[in-house]
Amino acid sequence: MDVDEVITNLKGELSQEVSIEEAENCSPRAIIVPPELLKKVCEILYRNKNFYFDMLSCLTGLDNGPEANTMEVIYNLYSIPFDQSLMIKVILDREKAQVDSVVDIWRTADWHEREAFDLYGIQFIGHPDLRRILLPADWEGHPLKKDYEHQKYYRGIKVEY
Amino acid sequence: MGLLDKQFNSGGVMVTKLDDLINWARLSSMWPMTFGLACCAIEFMSAGASIYDLDRFGMAPFASPRQSDVMIVAGTVTFKMADRVRRLYEQMAEPRYVVSMGSCSNCGGPYWEHGYHVVKGVDRIIPVDVFVPGCPPRPEALIGGLLKLQEKIRGESLMAPTAIEKMMAERV
Repeated sequence: MDVDEVITNLKGELSQEVSIEEAENCSPRAIIVPPELLKKVCEILYRNKNFYFDMLSCLTGLDNGPEANTMEVIYNLYSIPFDQSLMIKVILDREKAQVDSVVDIWRTADWHEREAFDLYGIQFIGHPDLRRILLPADWEGHPLKKDYEHQKYYRGIKVEY
Repeated sequence: MGLLDKQFNSGGVMVTKLDDLINWARLSSMWPMTFGLACCAIEFMSAGASIYDLDRFGMAPFASPRQSDVMIVAGTVTFKMADRVRRLYEQMAEPRYVVSMGSCSNCGGPYWEHGYHVVKGVDRIIPVDVFVPGCPPRPEALIGGLLKLQEKIRGESLMAPTAIEKMMAERV
């Protein structure tokens, strides 16, 4: 099974018009999915007997900076019975970064999405418990954003060196 | 003062200053609190284990702030941890001492520039008696710092409580 086969199958199940394409310069090879289709695509990849991606190995956020004005969420899927990997990318608007949560497909996504929310401020719609996971609850801002500037004081302690 | 026990054996009676007696007792049983924040804690543990054997200084790690005398801040203090460290310090009974172990708790260490989450020196939250440099400091270095702390305790006096003097000076 390769990425072309995945794309053909997905287009067959959804419709031929949807814009699912292979990402350039990605290793392992990846597909780019429009954010509004992400949940459907994930469900198909999870349930389809030919793919059976039963594990979400990793979920990562990515900030391309204010110039590109986009953010990405990257999903690394793995199929235990077929020993196959697949990477999915969604590209989001940086000003309003939000995408459907995949927690009800893979429970692994719970803490991973909380981490992406904590560090990038990406909203995962339908997440059962979207709050900070690493930083304190009263922290200001999302540190891995390219234009992040830390606060001057945190609870009376100076932050700057 | 290290020879106090021998003096007891030779005569049965000895005369000393109360200050010296109290200081000797304190510096001979500095119980550190058992807690570590990062890799420095590994060196702290090996300092307590057989080869370096902190026990020969009367230092038995104690798992409660209430009965501990020394807090060894061994590792990176994050802002999330800062409140806990401060609370543990406040729970310790006086006299209490703090040893800042390693670059991270001294000044932020490798996180000084881009570590948005690291307190740049534990002395920003609690008063520190001895700073031990190193990343992480070897057990010898930690023991060196503890001997420095012993020296500091040896020079203390009940008659001249410097902490109160300092507080009064700040008030004026």
